[in-house]
Amino acid sequence: MKLQLSDEDVAFRDEMRTFFTTQIPQDIRDTVTARRELSKDQIVRSMQAMNAAGIAVPNWPVEWGGKDWTPLQRHIWHEEMQLAGVMPPLAFNASMVGPVIAAFGSQEIKERFLPKTANLDIWWSQGFSEPDAGSDLASLRTTAVREGDEYVVNGQKTWTTLGQYGDWIFTLVRTDPNVKKQAGISFLLIDMTSPGLTVRPIELIDGGHEVNEVFFDNVRVPAENLVGEENKGWDYAKFLLGNERVGVAPVGSTKRTLAQAKEYAKTAGPGGTSLLDDPLVAAQIVELENDLLALELTALRVVANSADGKPHPASSVLKLQGTVLQQAVTELWVDLAGPNALATGAGDGSDVPDLARTATTNYLNYRKASIYGGSNEVQRQIIAGTILGLRG
Amino acid sequence: MDFTLDSEQTALRDAVRGLLGKAYGSSEDRRTVTKTDPGWDEKTWQRLAEMGALGLPFAEEDGGFGAGPVEVSIVAEEIGRVIAPEPYVEAVVLAGGLVAAAGTAEQRAEIIGALAEGTLVPAFAHTEAQGRYGQRAYAVTATKDGDAWTLSGVKEPVLGGARADLLVVSADVDGATALFLVQPDASGLTRTSYTTFDGGRAAHAAFDSTPATPLGEPGADQSAVIAQVVAAAQIAYGHESLGAMAFALETTTEYLKSRKQFGVPLMTFQALTFRAADMYVSLELARSTVTWATLVLLDADADATLEAASRAKLQVSKAGRHIGQEAIQLHGGIGMTAEYSVGHYTSRLTAIDHALGDGRYHLSALSETLDDHEVLEPLP
Repeated sequence: MKLQLSDEDVAFRDEMRTFFTTQIPQDIRDTVTARRELSKDQIVRSMQAMNAAGIAVPNWPVEWGGKDWTPLQRHIWHEEMQLAGVMPPLAFNASMVGPVIAAFGSQEIKERFLPKTANLDIWWSQGFSEPDAGSDLASLRTTAVREGDEYVVNGQKTWTTLGQYGDWIFTLVRTDPNVKKQAGISFLLIDMTSPGLTVRPIELIDGGHEVNEVFFDNVRVPAENLVGEENKGWDYAKFLLGNERVGVAPVGSTKRTLAQAKEYAKTAGPGGTSLLDDPLVAAQIVELENDLLALELTALRVVANSADGKPHPASSVLKLQGTVLQQAVTELWVDLAGPNALATGAGDGSDVPDLARTATTNYLNYRKASIYGGSNEVQRQIIAGTILGLRG
Repeated sequence: MDFTLDSEQTALRDAVRGLLGKAYGSSEDRRTVTKTDPGWDEKTWQRLAEMGALGLPFAEEDGGFGAGPVEVSIVAEEIGRVIAPEPYVEAVVLAGGLVAAAGTAEQRAEIIGALAEGTLVPAFAHTEAQGRYGQRAYAVTATKDGDAWTLSGVKEPVLGGARADLLVVSADVDGATALFLVQPDASGLTRTSYTTFDGGRAAHAAFDSTPATPLGEPGADQSAVIAQVVAAAQIAYGHESLGAMAFALETTTEYLKSRKQFGVPLMTFQALTFRAADMYVSLELARSTVTWATLVLLDADADATLEAASRAKLQVSKAGRHIGQEAIQLHGGIGMTAEYSVGHYTSRLTAIDHALGDGRYHLSALSETLDDHEVLEPLP
């Protein structure tokens, strides 16, 4: 047992820190640090800067632009990125469809999509959830019926994050309605400019437009856009949702947000006094720092011990506790902002600091974190069933 | 960075687990042992000594085995798994640790070897009825007459104080806190033993002009040494708690699988299994922080060790209460009985929580340094 990083990993950390703090355009990092929404152009430029340096998709196979990094190095890459105020590469491209295509796609599909996916020349959207298939994803009802060289797709997807920017959408569609629900699903890639495909925005409680509904009305999709084998889509989806051990918990960004909260608190009391002198505020921040430390160390245990490819049992804790703390820090921000939290619509002339103005919209927005990607109730189900062997 | 045990450490764990598993195969064994004084089993202590467990943290030249905090943590965790009543953290890490850290070469040679062999069991007499937590001694004062020192005042509760073959006593010397050794047969020493709620023993130790030998430099303030040794003991207690929490969760999980109500196993009810899942989360988070604190201790940076010990104690305080309380609740009535194991684990976790500073105490301590850092960086 030892705590020290190897010399090699220290050098790696320094290299990543230098890259993220000097090679990602400042306007992008400022927007992230101000906890404001990034524009499409900013997200694209950020990922392209990483891809130009060959570090946008380290989790992919080396021949498609991946890196032969250890899980610990990928963890360092991910943490340094967040600490520097850099948005991780678009998850739909880098963590979701890319690895699935690389693992299960034909050579032709790989060549056609992977380079453009790594460079965000194609913006992917995720077409998994449906109005009646949320946590119970396998109940999805969008159908794809084979007609000659095409599939004809009908149905509806929802919660499609940033679908308004999407060029292509990777979908789970039902190709065999007559078998067990998991066995009749396929993984199909669909051009979002196809006739019959429409995207409708969903406004959220924070006033933002982040997710969408996507409707398919007799959308004709070339059969060559099927990934892997027909009716094997559920396996690919499980691979997509389950193979990630790095970056499951947003430790770095939560640490940064908590540090900002502490800094804000120093002058947020009456007459510019420090709220940190209030023992209840101080205690709340100490507890959050301590909980975040425990989470970060758990993430390190997971990556340090998963070099043999087997996931560490504690990894299931990361999504659950990661979102709990992410939400707790957004809640702290609203408390610290106090009456300033109401100034959400304030413009340039406002005396209210920028981060206090966005406190409540972030708080409301991040209620999503314990719902998406397998809700925290699903995570508890996994811990109880898979780890503790408690199967109802 | 590596959080795994090497092969020798794994062998140590297996050996200690084997030994303690035999001694405390059922919770009834523990109940039997704790019913009579000194509240623990002299034979088990001897076996731990023969295995080398009692000398692990001490230098070889002092009569120890030259291992370190990781090896100590392994033993402490196994102690916790069966909540063995033997005073491992109290006698070895705490009292022995003070002798090793503050004692002269002569004192170390005399005491550490005997401690490692199991023939001398020391206790740290520090807690005072109005002392609460911390390094300061108030109620016992030391007086110098020529080269001779005497102590007067009361220490209580002193864990293992009546059985101890040697007391390491903290005492006030003109506002400073110094350490002294007091022999069990010293004049003016009265030790009155009683039981603690977790099956242990503590003593009211009264000193009345009791002759004492300064530990290390006579009369010097040793609160910094006490703080360091206490930090090591806090971290070791963290591992003892991890063992106890792990067992409590395993027992609860097995109960949810086997106990039937309404014709089905309890694990049919999601209201129960979700709570077990949350217990697992608490356990793993505590394990991460406590293991980290051990590695910080291994690196021997004094300030970093104090902070890491507080962080570990805070995390374990929360986890221990959560897991201990839920373990009883998820069992239902059986968890309340003395015949069943799980309540004793909750009891022991509660005792550890309130030894050497509870969660709230460490939360306050950490609040003092909140503004010293922008973010916490766990790796050096």
